[in-house]
Amino acid sequence: MAEGKIVRLRIKRQSGPQAAPQWEDFNVAYRPGMNVIVALMDIAAQPRNAEGQPTTSVSYEANCLEEVCGACAMVINGRPRQACSALIDRLEQPITIEPLSRFPVVRDLVVNRQRLFNDLKRVKAWIPIDGSYDLGPGPRESAADQETAYPLSRCISCGNCLEVCPQYNDKTGFVGAAVLSQVRLFNLHPTGKLHAGERLDALSGPGGHQECGFAQNCVNICPKDIPLTDSISAVGRQLIVHAVRQALGS
Amino acid sequence: MNPKIIIVGGGLAGLAAALKAAEQGAQVELFSLVPVKRSHSVCAQGGINAAKNLKGEGDSAWKHFDDTIYGGDFLANQGLVKRMCEAAPAIIDLLDRMGVQFNRTPEGLLDFRRFGGTLYHRTAFAGATTGQQLLYALDEQVRRLEAEGKIRKFEHWEFLSAVLDEQGRCHGICAQDLHGMQVRTFPADAVIIATGGVGAIFGKSTNSIVCTGSAQSALYQQGAWYANGEFIQVHPTAIPGEDKLRLMSESARGEGGRVWVYKDGKPWYFLEEWYPKYGNLVPRDVATRAIHKVVFELGLGIDGQPAVFLDVTHLDPHVLDAKLGGILEIYEKFVGDDPHKVPMKVFPGMHYTMGGLWVDNERQMTNLPGLFAAGECEYQYHGANRLGANSLVSCIFGGFLAGPAALEYARNNRTDAGSHIFDQELRRQQAINDRLYAAAGEENPFTIWRELGRLMTEHCTVVRHNDKLRLADRQIEDLLGRYQRIRLSDTTRWTNQTFFFTRQLYNMLQLARVMVQGALARDESRGAHYKPEFPERNDERWLKTTLAQWDEAAAAPRLSYQDVDTSQIPLRARKY
Ligand SMILES: Cc1cc2nc3c(=O)[nH]c(=O)nc-3n(C[C@H](O)[C@H](O)[C@H](O)COP(=O)(O)OP(=O)(O)OC[C@H]3O[C@@H](n4cnc5c(N)ncnc54)[C@H](O)[C@@H]3O)c2cc1C
Ligand code: SF4
Repeated sequence: MAEGKIVRLRIKRQSGPQAAPQWEDFNVAYRPGMNVIVALMDIAAQPRNAEGQPTTSVSYEANCLEEVCGACAMVINGRPRQACSALIDRLEQPITIEPLSRFPVVRDLVVNRQRLFNDLKRVKAWIPIDGSYDLGPGPRESAADQETAYPLSRCISCGNCLEVCPQYNDKTGFVGAAVLSQVRLFNLHPTGKLHAGERLDALSGPGGHQECGFAQNCVNICPKDIPLTDSISAVGRQLIVHAVRQALGS
Repeated sequence: MNPKIIIVGGGLAGLAAALKAAEQGAQVELFSLVPVKRSHSVCAQGGINAAKNLKGEGDSAWKHFDDTIYGGDFLANQGLVKRMCEAAPAIIDLLDRMGVQFNRTPEGLLDFRRFGGTLYHRTAFAGATTGQQLLYALDEQVRRLEAEGKIRKFEHWEFLSAVLDEQGRCHGICAQDLHGMQVRTFPADAVIIATGGVGAIFGKSTNSIVCTGSAQSALYQQGAWYANGEFIQVHPTAIPGEDKLRLMSESARGEGGRVWVYKDGKPWYFLEEWYPKYGNLVPRDVATRAIHKVVFELGLGIDGQPAVFLDVTHLDPHVLDAKLGGILEIYEKFVGDDPHKVPMKVFPGMHYTMGGLWVDNERQMTNLPGLFAAGECEYQYHGANRLGANSLVSCIFGGFLAGPAALEYARNNRTDAGSHIFDQELRRQQAINDRLYAAAGEENPFTIWRELGRLMTEHCTVVRHNDKLRLADRQIEDLLGRYQRIRLSDTTRWTNQTFFFTRQLYNMLQLARVMVQGALARDESRGAHYKPEFPERNDERWLKTTLAQWDEAAAAPRLSYQDVDTSQIPLRARKY
């Protein structure tokens, strides 16, 4: 490997949920077009650190490798993002890699993001259909409405927006931008709308919309360019109308 | 107590089965390697087929059926394929009711595009991320049922094996927690396998990382039949990468994209010249072989490299963004060029397995009673070649069939199997794990895997030669020998990914032999299986389903053959 170009990485490692984190340096052989996952795969194949000492392979989550499954979110050079689309050529070295910090670490770069899925349950992020039997076509929708809703439906539950949110922590219990945006999506749908009240109720108390400090970091970090601040504002407006309606008892 | 159904896999097929089974009263336990929302089905780009005939073209379920059978070169059993094509329009309606953001026409109806192997606009789509949108819709419905207590998820768990009684009937599964790593057995009244594709056997493919076929292989080694393993689809247009081959969906051509190379200094649209009727939308096996010929026989790859152009630069940029945004974004992010402006460079890549676990013609049950299968992991719907956008519909249809069928089986066959079969299976799996941990050889599992991928890609994809297949089979046997001298670089007992990968690798090697031997035996050319030595389809000898059975004594596959149901559409030559 001496002659070829190398890629230098610094990875924050943690052998288990209770263990203390430690940094470990790695060198891997450079190839054109490689991304951070390729580097992690190389380490898995030959786990040696930069000093040449044998070590364990770095645990990480990844699946589709085309930025659509959401699995491989991690903090790379200080910025949360998907590792598969983090091209080595565009990263300053040594490349630092850390697990997302807002979720409990399982091992190394693997974190437990269950909270995100629980929050989707909490806000009833689905269309309540009567049943899966044949009831004919769904409601008509204009192409323009589809073009508003479709981008919202591309959220890959990666959690990058939560990593940069000052309000996303155990204390506030804030559901975060991704989940608020899903509420907007389902409240837009002609059938989903019929149950908008339930979703808004779920966002009315602690951990709901009120926790948002409007730092706007989320919208800048989202790999799917989801208009998160628009979603937060839209849900905010819906909540006001909802509260007024409830006050008037209708 | 309601019958308990275990479903392994939370892609489209698994979720579809879970939804139906839970809705009809089953208590469902859903196992998946990854949170189900991250399953490989999210990768599907182009769309889902259903003959809704919303474009006034006179499309019909029968034409969809005919295209599918003809596209599959008559190797698919016709009964279930016909039922699938008839059910497809209602499946689209249901997905639409669940809130899938399908593209729309000015009238607010669903829009449809053309895909390969048909002359009709039959493919519904949600941008170029249709699989993601469909998977999310089912994921949301399953989450609703989970909130109602009807479905319980075991995510980050790996299925290791089925728990079978002495008669081979299935009573549950044995699985391992990917984090805590404990091995456990789980009883069930019926089990549905929906574990998807096998891409990792080919090293690099368009599939996701977890598509190893390990579960299917484990079951095959327990006595489940594996059918038509030699039928592997190589997609004509993928972007070669260090870690995977990223797909450029057929929808790019469906929306007007053209494939070309330079010849005598001028663009040569070879697919349009060779196949004037279907042009760029010939079925995948045909397009892939054409590209191979242009690159390897005619030496016309771009700059002498294995690559051809896929060109959408002449199309309206707004239409491109509305209908293909998702895939153009992939190209731009991973290659760095803007496909609106410069033609993309692509090459064929391993994409899909038509073969899979054998299931019956009625209710998706394998030969092991109580064990069902649905989705890409089974063999039923695509014959010798799958048409684009037919997989998503077959996954959902198969899941919808398997869920209620498993429930019905469970209601009629509730027996107490006795705890000894669970203890036995648990011990067997733990013994495998202990051996792996204790292995103190010198072989590196990743090296063996890369070697396997190279062998399979070279010898068991586009063009197949008997001498090379024979050699490949021997070399896989060698790899199995080397596997016995393996060593884990990590022997910790917590979230040990090297351990799981190495365990799967054994199953990949065994399943690879099924594919290679199936291909070696089949001396004809049919759909995706092409042998220059036997260039014609041979119906007299080979209009047969290949069945691979594990021969315990030989530790190798034993092949036998089964007749194909061709009762509705008579055989005809396949000429595009
Ligand atoms: C890039 C790409 C694009 C595609 N585009 C289209 C398209 O446009 N139209 C179309 O019709 N088809 C398309 N296909 C094909 C289609 O996406 C797949 O065939 C289909 O999604 C498979 O779905 P599935 O439910 O069978 O399996 P998957 O979605 O692969 O799900 C498998 C599930 O099984 C689980 N699993 C696997 N092994 C185990 C185990 N041992 N233990 C526990 N769980 C396990 C996984 O975690 C996962 O949840 C495309 C395929 C690719 C690769
Ligand atoms: S909103 Fe964006 S950043 Fe947040 S989880 Fe979804 S895709 Fe990720």
